[in-house]
Amino acid sequence: MADIDLENEAKEIVACSGSGREYAIPVLQEIQRRHGYLPSDLMVEVCKHGEFTEGQLFGVATFYSQFKFKPQGRKAIKICVGTACHVAGAPAVVDALCDELKIKVGETTSDREYSVETVACIGCCSLAPVLMVNQDTVGQLDPLQIKKALKKVSESSQ
Amino acid sequence: MSLQNEQKNNRIIIGLGSCGIAAGAKSVHQRFSKLLKEKGLDQKYKIDITSCVGMCFAEPLVEVHADNKRTLYGKVDEKIVDRIINEHLLDGKIVLERIIDSSNPGTDSHSFLSRQKKIVLRNCGVINPESIDDYISVGGYKAVEKAFALGPSALIEFIKSSGLRGRGGAGFTTGQKWELTAKALGNEKYVICNADEGDPGAFMDRSTLEGDPHSVIEGMLVAAYAIGANKGYIYCRAEYPLALNRLRIAIKQALGKGFLGKNIKKSGFDFEIKIKEGAGAFVCGEETALIASIEGRRGMPKKRPPYPSENGLFGSPTNINNVETYANVPWILLNGSEAFASVGTEKSKGTKVFALAGKVKRGGLVEVPMGLTIREVVEEIGGGSNTGRPLKAVQMGGPSGGCIPASLFSTRIDYDEVTRTGAIMGSGGLLVMDETTCMVDVAKFFLKFTQLESCGKCTFCRVGTKRMLETIEKITDGRGELSDLTKLEDLAKYIIKGSLCGLGQTAPNPVLTTLKYFREEWVEHIEQKKCRAGVCKPLIKYIIKDNCNGCGACVRVCPSNAITGAKKTIHIINQAACTKCSRCYLKCNFDSIVIE
Repeated sequence: MADIDLENEAKEIVACSGSGREYAIPVLQEIQRRHGYLPSDLMVEVCKHGEFTEGQLFGVATFYSQFKFKPQGRKAIKICVGTACHVAGAPAVVDALCDELKIKVGETTSDREYSVETVACIGCCSLAPVLMVNQDTVGQLDPLQIKKALKKVSESSQ
Repeated sequence: MSLQNEQKNNRIIIGLGSCGIAAGAKSVHQRFSKLLKEKGLDQKYKIDITSCVGMCFAEPLVEVHADNKRTLYGKVDEKIVDRIINEHLLDGKIVLERIIDSSNPGTDSHSFLSRQKKIVLRNCGVINPESIDDYISVGGYKAVEKAFALGPSALIEFIKSSGLRGRGGAGFTTGQKWELTAKALGNEKYVICNADEGDPGAFMDRSTLEGDPHSVIEGMLVAAYAIGANKGYIYCRAEYPLALNRLRIAIKQALGKGFLGKNIKKSGFDFEIKIKEGAGAFVCGEETALIASIEGRRGMPKKRPPYPSENGLFGSPTNINNVETYANVPWILLNGSEAFASVGTEKSKGTKVFALAGKVKRGGLVEVPMGLTIREVVEEIGGGSNTGRPLKAVQMGGPSGGCIPASLFSTRIDYDEVTRTGAIMGSGGLLVMDETTCMVDVAKFFLKFTQLESCGKCTFCRVGTKRMLETIEKITDGRGELSDLTKLEDLAKYIIKGSLCGLGQTAPNPVLTTLKYFREEWVEHIEQKKCRAGVCKPLIKYIIKDNCNGCGACVRVCPSNAITGAKKTIHIINQAACTKCSRCYLKCNFDSIVIE
């Protein structure tokens, strides 16, 4: 990104999310909403236009699990490993999913199509085990049906 | 789903809560819109939405109001939509197989609903959560008028006399908390709604916010008036997009109708609410960490006292309650504190909402009067085991709670009685387990969670939970020694003593309760290297029995090529290559693969 674009974007982000110290989290959320992760050059630039220091912004960003420092896949898969999903067999589903995509939890496929992360409770416990892709939920997963679930995911997010 | 008034006739009401959507309610919604238009019925029948009625086991739910009759359908898919339109709407014949008849004893939905008492969830699944008029039509925002008429100090007395205790887990008396904040000195005061529901198995607050956001806003408004706060925050998990969206809509509507903003209903009282999205940290459910997070800092707890009621958000007196607590408030004002206090037990008044899940027939969101026994909730409401195998325990209170064995299912739902078992009431996760659940694995699961979520401020919580987890992993790997159990108990003691906040103080509970009630399972893991539930991978083997017909289905699903055997002969699993992924076990149609 050219410097001037970076500066303009940083200004925009601060203008819509707030410039005071207490707006550090909304600012980071806005950056991530735009890019899917937190590009560090943009984080540094934002500090020039608000009351946050780089220390504060990076400190906050690394504390909360929502924030990503690497680009995510276009289909960001959040697989639930909450209590109900765990006892319903989520660990085996996670393994099957990772085997199928040939990545580990926390990674993104090389074509940036899929990324996988585990989350604790999406709140659809009666459909356990479940996963969520972007805004769609797929429930009652089983390790043998993971291909089918991925296919469903690809169709619904088109 | 039974708003019985004129405007609801000739309507199709679709349950669009998160769980309904997950079960396919959106495509049901689209199918209805499309077909009604195609058949020229879209003028006669209007489509409306509501949120979760709690019957997650029967989602997606659709309520049809036609010819002045109400019919509730469950497990509706696109094919059933076609039949509802063709048979019910056009021919006047109800699609019997998918009907949910909650008035008929003996049916699932009747058993599910008859023991419940809906106070918090009174409007969930009844009104359209995106319509303030719907909320007003069921008595919404009337409690505010009553609060203004009472005045702050009488209002606090009123809430105190109801006996309402905080529903976030600890159970502090709500009226007393308000009184402390009201009396604290400070020009600016705040109210905060804690909607950072982080327990990995609980979704009560999400459903309340999705189904009835105005009741929470009204509860906050009443609290704010009682303590003299003009600003409020709702701290809600970012993982709840639908709840956040409905809150935003509700706040906008309340502003439009003058229930928020300046000089509310000519009372001279001003109140505004801002939403803060949490960013994924379990510890932020702890009040001082939550405040740090709203202030834009890392969510780390601090020492109490001073409590937030004296020194809270931005250093000002702050009242923090959770979603469920606030949702109780308007009901109490409208129905009287005696009516509320008449429900429940001596020291625990009112109801409690639980997210009932796990190995039960009817999982979902249930609201029961305090004092019901665990058995009544699990067996009468939940319908008992869904696998046919006997139930072993329930887990209450999530990572801070514990496992209560089946022998104690006569324990009543009451803050003090539950605490006596070693578990806690917690925010309301209620997970049912049968003999296929390994109690050592459950303890490991929760400890892994708290260990990961520990903010790292207190050494005992940061390092202690890590050491405990390593010890449990040693046991589930088959390298455990009996002295490890004493080590776990010792460490637990120090972590409880040496942690500032609830996260650390309660983190050992899942380990301690399973050690108390299921010690023989721990000992079995150590002495016999055996996991009776067949869960702990290093302690189990998948074996092919003699009745294998050599169909080869297992060979095709094995990711590590560990299964060999000629066609139509008994296959063999190479134990050294087997990763215990369970796929062959799940695939075999002849029960020829067993866990040993």
